[in-house]
Amino acid sequence: MKKVILILLLAAPLSLLAQKKDIQKTSFEVEGVCGMCKARIEKTAFGLKGIKTASWDIPTHQFTILYDANKISLEEVHQAVANAGHDTPLVTAPDEVYEKLPMCCLYERKKKVE
Amino acid sequence: MAQTPEEGRILIQENNETYPLAGVNIFWLNTTIGTVSDQEGKFVIPSAASTDQLIVKYLGFKTDTLTVTPGKIIFHFMKENAVESLEEVELTQRRKAAQKSYIAAQNVMQVNSAELLKAACCNLSESFETNPSIDVNFSDALTGTKQIRMLGLSSPYLLITEENIPSVRGASQIYGLTYTPGTWIESIQITKGAGSVTNGFESIAGQINTELQKPFLDAPLFVNLFSSINGRQEANAHWNNKLSDKWSTGLYIHGNQRSLATDRNKDDFLDLPLTKQVNLLNRWQYTDVEKGWVSFLSLRYLDDQKQTGAENFNPDTDRGLTNRWGSEIDTQRFDASLKLGYVFPLLTYQSFGFQAAYNSHDQKAYYGLRQYDINHKSFFSNLLFNSILGNTKNKFKTGLNLAWDRYDEWVDGTNYQRTDQVLGAFFEYTYDSLDRWNIVAGLRVDSHNNLGTFITPRLHARYTPWERAALRFSMGQGRKAANVFAENQTLFATNRAINLRQNSGNIYGLRPEKAWNYGGSIQQGITLFGQQAELNIDYYVTTFQDQVVVDWETARYIRFYNLEGESYAKSFQLGMDYAPIKNVSMRFAYKNHQVKTTYLDGLKQKPLQPEHRFFANADYNNVNETGKGWRADLTYHFVGEQRLAANPRDGQGFSAPAYGLWNAQLTRVFSPQFEIYLGGENLSNQRQANPVIGIDQPFGRNFDASLVYAPVFGRMIYAGLRFNLKNL
Repeated sequence: MKKVILILLLAAPLSLLAQKKDIQKTSFEVEGVCGMCKARIEKTAFGLKGIKTASWDIPTHQFTILYDANKISLEEVHQAVANAGHDTPLVTAPDEVYEKLPMCCLYERKKKVE
Repeated sequence: MAQTPEEGRILIQENNETYPLAGVNIFWLNTTIGTVSDQEGKFVIPSAASTDQLIVKYLGFKTDTLTVTPGKIIFHFMKENAVESLEEVELTQRRKAAQKSYIAAQNVMQVNSAELLKAACCNLSESFETNPSIDVNFSDALTGTKQIRMLGLSSPYLLITEENIPSVRGASQIYGLTYTPGTWIESIQITKGAGSVTNGFESIAGQINTELQKPFLDAPLFVNLFSSINGRQEANAHWNNKLSDKWSTGLYIHGNQRSLATDRNKDDFLDLPLTKQVNLLNRWQYTDVEKGWVSFLSLRYLDDQKQTGAENFNPDTDRGLTNRWGSEIDTQRFDASLKLGYVFPLLTYQSFGFQAAYNSHDQKAYYGLRQYDINHKSFFSNLLFNSILGNTKNKFKTGLNLAWDRYDEWVDGTNYQRTDQVLGAFFEYTYDSLDRWNIVAGLRVDSHNNLGTFITPRLHARYTPWERAALRFSMGQGRKAANVFAENQTLFATNRAINLRQNSGNIYGLRPEKAWNYGGSIQQGITLFGQQAELNIDYYVTTFQDQVVVDWETARYIRFYNLEGESYAKSFQLGMDYAPIKNVSMRFAYKNHQVKTTYLDGLKQKPLQPEHRFFANADYNNVNETGKGWRADLTYHFVGEQRLAANPRDGQGFSAPAYGLWNAQLTRVFSPQFEIYLGGENLSNQRQANPVIGIDQPFGRNFDASLVYAPVFGRMIYAGLRFNLKNL
């Protein structure tokens, strides 16, 4: 019997399934260039509470995330990514952060309407 | 008002990389105030009172006019001028046939179907000749079967799986690799060192997984014919049918035979066995992408017949008599497997998997007057759940295994029966830092009727200290029940007396085997004379805490007993892959194996285990998009001295000399449908003069065909054709 309990205990995470969450999937364009950008953008997102997964595609610049809308808003994600130096359709990165990006990460910024 | 100069950088973007552009002319519109960008693309230009329009000009690029906001750093990307650019260069790179990832935590080598074409022929056991991770040895002088070893340990210590279901184990240990035809193979993954806990506790030195063709993706019709002048013919046919947008089915038929009797070394024994194999596989695939379901159902039947021994042996009249020595090995096998996978909608990181497999293996065999029949029925099931802890940097897999094995063996008139039952649970955690390192830590608990209840830990880690490099470390424990006869069927090709030195153990009166494996590797990509190369250094150690020692150390006897003392396998490998010029790739590896076991008379290197091996392979391939061209392949194997077990001819302490082997193959590809090839194995004609000891009295006590350290037949030239019919 002890063995069976031990074995069931090890399989316990199976029951972690049912929890109340509002999982949303979305993707938007994030400006960037290379593999280093990818690591920076994804790490920034993973540093946020409520982000389940984040993946930035180098050729298309599409950033796909799964997040818990009860824990974080989409605007906060845009803001965080921009603060790391990468422009998003909603938020533009601060110039001083952009200027400090490594050489290979400098992307061509879209002209701002001023 | 003193004006500050303006600063900026000129950049270009190419292939997902940004580069600085030096030497760009930068000047204010309608002025003589100008400058040139430096090596980093940077420039500083005094501001002009008359204008805020800055001209940026460089040959081959579009000239731009920028409006400058004072005090703001200028970042400008130059665009290539389509008219001025001289010609477009398209960069293509052929995917390597065998490659290692820089990202995976485990030391995995991927082999795709192109690599499989390099060997003479045609099934899984012959797929490793050009792979440095795996050593191919001869098993005996009669059946022509090749034995594979990894880290100096033979296949029972490897976990060999087919689509992650254990396949070559138990009764199929020796011949099982020949049961998977080459055309069925989609890819092979070779993992060095302790494997994942999700696949059980049996893997000790490594894992070899084979992925088969999937009905959904394979060509609707595929026909392949193979014929070689050494008397082997093969035929393969695949039919794949999409029944609906969700269901597809595939029928795969394979047949091979060798009916030509050859005896080139004139010892009256066949050089190669006469064989016949029929192999049928029917797969059903269900895919519902929207709902997230994938399922496979596979049914398989195999009939394999081998005959070997004296050239004029006639099974109908000579079996059981002592006028001629002969052997027949007939195997029938039935396999059924079900796989079910469900990916949660939206939550793509979360999934369930279920696998169940049943197989029945029935071998009837005799070797002269010796008999070895084995009936092995087994059931395996695995329930797996994948998800994350917080986010996908932290993933886990957990699940349950249930397995059952029933063995029924007849060994020279003695019957052995055994049932193994095991229930296990596992948990594996994966951490991915997204850039420099990742780690996989697993633990499983198993309750086994013959092995007891035990915990199996496994750990893998990868760290990238700098560009194009990976450092890997792994450690883990493994256990297994030693099926002494099935794993050492070679012994029946001798007249050695079997001596089982039983203790209180549950498996043939012996305790199960238990070992730790740990080690690591360094992988570094370098640029050599302007071309890509990759260096690999591996070092792995397996130490046995308990082992069933296979002792050939006394002539005319084979003994099995539990280890008393130390036993280890230390394996070092230094390898390099290099593509010096277009269409050519090369691979080199040096291997050192210290595989030592404590026998009754002390610690010794395992017999027939060379300490040094060297391997080199060069490959040329200019087959282009139209499917025409040449493929050429040259391989050299150096096999160091091997200690021979004690035998009536050489006595004790005899070592076989080192030798080298050259293999080459030239293929003319006329079209994707048709190619012919000419090849040679063992071109320098190395051979073992007298592979069978006591051949004049094959029923006498001295008879021994197991001491094979070099090719039995000399140079072998083969030619054949491959005819592939696809998509008609």
